[in-house]
Amino acid sequence: MSLLHLAIVLPFLAAVFIPFLFKGLRTIHTGWFVLLVPLALFIYFIQYLPLTGGGQTVTKTFQWIPSLGIDFTAHVDGLGLLFALLITGIGTLVVLYSIYYLAKEKEALHNFYVYLLMFMGAMLGVVLSDNLIVLYMFWEFTSISSFLLIGYWYDRERSRYGAQKSMLITVFGGLSMLGGIVLLYLMGGTFSIQELAGMSGTLITDPLFVPALLLILLGAFTKSAQFPFHIWLPDAMEAPTPVSAYLHSATMVKAGIYLVARMSPVFAESGLWLWLVAGFGIFTLFWGSFNAVKKTDLKAILAFSTISQLGLIMSLLGVGAAALHYDYLDENIYMIATIAAVFHLINHATFKGALFMMVGIVDHETGTRDIRKLGGLVTLMPITFTIAIIGSFSMAGIPPFNGFLSKEMFLAAMISIIEVDVFNLNTWGYLFPVLAWVGSVFTFVYSIMLVYKTFLGKAQFEKLPKKPHEAPIGMLISPLILIALVIVFGFFPNLLSNSMIKPAVEAILPALGDAGQEVYVNIYFWHGFTPELFMTLGVVLIGIVLYSTLPKWQGIYNRIPERLTLNGFYDKGLAGSETGGYRLTNGVMSGFMRTYLVYIFSFFVAILLATLFIRGAFLFDTADLAQIEPYEVVLAIVLAASAITILFAKTRLMSFISLGAVGYSIALFFVFFGAPDLALTQLVIETVSVALFLLCFYHLPEISRKEERMGFRFGNALLAVLVGLTVTLLAFSSFSYRSFESISQYHIENVYDLAAGGNMVNVILVDFRGFDTLFEIAVLGVAALGIYAMIRFRAVRSENE
Amino acid sequence: MKKTNDVILQTVTKIISFIIILFSIHLFFAGHYTPGGGFIGGLMTAAALVLLLLSYDIKTMNKILPFDYKRMTAIGLLIAVLTAAGALLFNVPFFTHAYDYFDIPLLGETSLHTAVLFDIGVYLVVIGITMTIIQTIGESE
Repeated sequence: MSLLHLAIVLPFLAAVFIPFLFKGLRTIHTGWFVLLVPLALFIYFIQYLPLTGGGQTVTKTFQWIPSLGIDFTAHVDGLGLLFALLITGIGTLVVLYSIYYLAKEKEALHNFYVYLLMFMGAMLGVVLSDNLIVLYMFWEFTSISSFLLIGYWYDRERSRYGAQKSMLITVFGGLSMLGGIVLLYLMGGTFSIQELAGMSGTLITDPLFVPALLLILLGAFTKSAQFPFHIWLPDAMEAPTPVSAYLHSATMVKAGIYLVARMSPVFAESGLWLWLVAGFGIFTLFWGSFNAVKKTDLKAILAFSTISQLGLIMSLLGVGAAALHYDYLDENIYMIATIAAVFHLINHATFKGALFMMVGIVDHETGTRDIRKLGGLVTLMPITFTIAIIGSFSMAGIPPFNGFLSKEMFLAAMISIIEVDVFNLNTWGYLFPVLAWVGSVFTFVYSIMLVYKTFLGKAQFEKLPKKPHEAPIGMLISPLILIALVIVFGFFPNLLSNSMIKPAVEAILPALGDAGQEVYVNIYFWHGFTPELFMTLGVVLIGIVLYSTLPKWQGIYNRIPERLTLNGFYDKGLAGSETGGYRLTNGVMSGFMRTYLVYIFSFFVAILLATLFIRGAFLFDTADLAQIEPYEVVLAIVLAASAITILFAKTRLMSFISLGAVGYSIALFFVFFGAPDLALTQLVIETVSVALFLLCFYHLPEISRKEERMGFRFGNALLAVLVGLTVTLLAFSSFSYRSFESISQYHIENVYDLAAGGNMVNVILVDFRGFDTLFEIAVLGVAALGIYAMIRFRAVRSENE
Repeated sequence: MKKTNDVILQTVTKIISFIIILFSIHLFFAGHYTPGGGFIGGLMTAAALVLLLLSYDIKTMNKILPFDYKRMTAIGLLIAVLTAAGALLFNVPFFTHAYDYFDIPLLGETSLHTAVLFDIGVYLVVIGITMTIIQTIGESE
């Protein structure tokens, strides 16, 4: 196990000690100890930067289940390292923030930090694992720890609801992904992503390729809150704000983005991939930003904003896949899309993390997150206002912040998609820039809304539960660092380009490097009067108009009734599956033995008759039949008459006697067919069992003893006839298909020589097949003890009562 | 319950039950060559005991034949298993029977077969379970 492996599992190891630290050192906030973990990891991962910047990768293997091809292979390349730095860097800031956000007296901090560390380790495992099964294991760890974190305040109903919802949706996606992984293994014979990427050319012709692609995408879309699986994210906002900032803006929701980027080398050759990823991404962008405007809760706005931004990154990754198809172009415009995706990923993590922390501060200091109650906080909370305005402007894509740069690149990429003339995208292609632009307008509107409704406008402090004031400095450090990064990356984007973006893009599009193309990253502010510049101008102008007329058109949101929304479908579907399952079980499991017998016999008849006739197996061969003797006919008539009497007997007593008659007739059959041992046993046993029946009858309650003959039910009669018919047909067929001689000749020949006996039946019972007899007498012994126990225990119980 | 005088039944039972028991022993020993064997022999013996039970009562029965029939079942099973396992001592598979001919005083040359031991087990189990069931049900109210 190398140092790299230890780094990945360090959060898990550290989590073990958290409860002891929490219980043992009550005076110190547990977060201070936790802070060391992501900080150390961040410093550790920084060391890899020069390495990956030089185009190198590091792979360390730790054998786990080598016989199944499952090894814990840690693979550090540009993409993995970028995510690892995001996870540990923002993790450090979030832990620092949470120290001031969560009070050590009131909160169950040991739970919080154990879950958080678990999540951090799982996330590191996801982005640094090369083995798909190990990746899946960490993937589910993130789902579980996210579930625990959302349900952190488990005494609140909404928390439990949100946790359950996110669990159901992400685990559904995770399991689909597992299916995709298994299909990939079937195609490629390996779980290693690097090896699979190497054989992408042969995989694409495999019939399993498309199912694998769809299943993997399902996993990525559910995790990254893409339409229509985005509904869990707004409900996950019930989690504490540090969790929202960390999981639901910067890291976990980007796991799906990571997966799409990571699997791009495997799948991107396919047009379906391009179409699906870009299409769902762009629609999610539009839908998320459109819905964010109607929300009044700050965290809900940010949740929909996150959904929208994730859609943006996703669509860029999809468009970036077109780079593989147009590598003859000199300046590969589609490669810009991938660069933009990576750049915006970093930018989003910085400004969204800061905005969440800002909202947490507002919530903490005023007691509410409702924008209808907030307003005019700018004079009281100037630092928070600064954070909010820079974050929001960056999110809206206004210069000079980093969001502007990535938004410009995004629009450029979306315009370029029109030029794609394969896969029939040329007509539909116009939808992409249009949706992108509309989505950007709404993004602008809610970004402005976020700042103006919270900090500017009319002050209404009387509505607030608390008297607002500026947050303590400790709480402000983390968002300030992030906002500083927003500005730094805004002014000096090329700080990132060669160190982080270039290696990441090379990892996403390795085929380009193989084809001899250089990934050239140069991000600059001014690139002439390009269409995207005018689009941005349009976004700002229309956005301002829309915002100022907001009250006039906000009514359209109420046009969509609640039950037709995706949440409505989800809730209804969940309730429906519950009641449906309940009804089904109630309908099938009636609790009556009679019903179950009907099921059993119906299936018996249906399966056997169907097999018999579908396979054409019915055969009636008369060649081997013996001569029918008159006494057999007479005895058969007696037997049938007694059996029928049982059915139509008026009293139970009559049935018992008829049953006895059946038994004695069978004994007579044994006599005629030359089975004296059977006849003897049958006679005695029949006597005993009739005696026992009579005993039961004697103990029947007075009412049911007088009961008349049993009622007639057509269904039962039909079923009984069918069962009889089936068995008869089977007996005929199996008689006719006798394919080899019986082994009885051996017994006849050897009964004296080997076993020194004359009675073959008995010799078989005690010698040739003595095993059966041994266990039959054991069965008898158990039956006797059972009867003894039932009767005696009943006696003891009634004494006790 | 009114005590009736069933002297005829009891006298007949005294004679008949011995005949039945003898017949059952005959069935048991003849089993290897003619119809019969442990199972039917055991049932017949149990039938004789039931006849005694009918003519007298459970208390008298327990006085004449103070058996614990559950224990009898267990002993029967034990004999059967040990007979089968005995083969292992001679390094042959489980359940291998052995027989040979011996010159026994009074009976002359007779074959002795370990299958009979197994059959004794069956015999005891059958008597044991029949009597356990009947006694248990008879004693319960």
